[in-house]
Amino acid sequence: MASQDIIARSATTTPMPSIRQMDEVAKLIDVSKCIGCKACQVACSEWNDLRDEVGHNHGTYDSPADLSADSWTLMRFTEHQTEAGNLEWLIRKDGCMHCAEPGCLAACPSPGAIIQYANGIVDFNQDKCIGCGYCITGCPFDIPRISQKDHKAYKCSLCSDRVMVGMEPACVKTCPTGAIVFGTKEDMKEHADGRIADLKSRGYEHAGLYDPEGVGGTHVMYVLHHADQPSLYAGLPDEPAISPLVNLWKGVTKPLALLGMGMVALFGFFHYIRVGRNVVEEDQQPVVEASPVHEVDPAVHTYDPRDPR
Amino acid sequence: MNRDIQRYTANERTHHWTVAILFILAGLSGLALFHPALFWLSHLFGGGPWTRILHPFLGVAMFLFFLVLVARFARHNLLERRDVQWFKQWRDVVNNREENLPEVGRYNGGQKLLFWVLIVCLLVLLATGIVMWRQYFSHWFAIDTIRLASLLHAFAAFVLVCCIIVHVYAGFWVKGSMGAMLTGWVSRAWARRHHPGWLKEVTKGREP
Repeated sequence: MASQDIIARSATTTPMPSIRQMDEVAKLIDVSKCIGCKACQVACSEWNDLRDEVGHNHGTYDSPADLSADSWTLMRFTEHQTEAGNLEWLIRKDGCMHCAEPGCLAACPSPGAIIQYANGIVDFNQDKCIGCGYCITGCPFDIPRISQKDHKAYKCSLCSDRVMVGMEPACVKTCPTGAIVFGTKEDMKEHADGRIADLKSRGYEHAGLYDPEGVGGTHVMYVLHHADQPSLYAGLPDEPAISPLVNLWKGVTKPLALLGMGMVALFGFFHYIRVGRNVVEEDQQPVVEASPVHEVDPAVHTYDPRDPR
Repeated sequence: MNRDIQRYTANERTHHWTVAILFILAGLSGLALFHPALFWLSHLFGGGPWTRILHPFLGVAMFLFFLVLVARFARHNLLERRDVQWFKQWRDVVNNREENLPEVGRYNGGQKLLFWVLIVCLLVLLATGIVMWRQYFSHWFAIDTIRLASLLHAFAAFVLVCCIIVHVYAGFWVKGSMGAMLTGWVSRAWARRHHPGWLKEVTKGREP
């Protein structure tokens, strides 16, 4: 995407280009349609040229065990027993949610290392990444990972390079069941409505769309059969938001603290020119107090003719 | 006859300035990450990644040297009752009316308070800095711990920087103090005016 498409930029305090009125895009993941085949993981590795190390079996179907700098998306499997005693296999494709109000971008100290495009994609620019990991600290979804090879942060780019030229993300293209679809955010919400109506008609009365308002909405959304309990899906946050600690850390306190430090220095300067230096006169002799016993030889009398007493 | 008094030995001065240099380096590299307006400071350290790499090592080095400095000077910095009176008369302090103040020993109340505040700041900076040190330590800590540590680290750094600005300013303001830490020597008149209690101590009471 062109530089005029950037609507937010990390560690930047001046206005961003605002000429683009682009439609927001979204990836919609219909969890109820996902069969856990991991084709999306393969397509992601393929398109983005990622080759994660082969790991070990941790006793679950999750493979690899977690997101990494080389695995930007991951199927997370949860075995859920319903109140009726039925087993449900909840499979959620985890990855960057592309928040409208990204915690990573708010926390990043390096100008331009994290950017947000007018279409909603939040992208990392590894060229400007300094490897501090503050994006991890800021993210409400625990998504970014620092590479142990180059100490840069990586995450799903929503295939910004593909979207830029009018293609869908690689995971969307490969999904064999149509569980992942991509389009404008409006269209995706409409599509989700149809899916939710269908799920409700099949007895999933709490089916709904996951597009959390706490982060201003996301550009990766889920259709969940249990939208009332997102945390069932491998700990998807029920009400994600940028942590108040992060807001306090990166919010208004920073410029105020900067101002405070400047003021302390300025007070010092004005104290110097108003009150002035504290100088000791080097010839200042010790104030020798008059000896309480003034010894005068009674035999010696001084007489000053100009001051006859 | 030069009747100056030695206030700091060569080792003490070297030690102090080692900590001071490390503070400047750790401080500037930290400020580069503190606010975007200061990110340009990262160029002093060879760019953003180098700033990120160096800052924690500089901080740890500063802490270790400071720890020994604390051991050197702690016994001179125990707060006493007269220090409270010194603080109550802060107006006399800032207006150079030292003659009104209670007798000051080797260090005045402000210097002592600074000493202890610096210790607290550096302890907080070390503890939280380790939690934030992504490359080696952060994976041991829960995300909320890291967030709290980040906030406290920035806050302690703010307090520390403010304290050091005051400390440096005092060195410029009270003439002779900078020389004391640069050359080690102060005049008797200087000692008599600013630290009469200390003068008595070093001259064993032979001089008021």
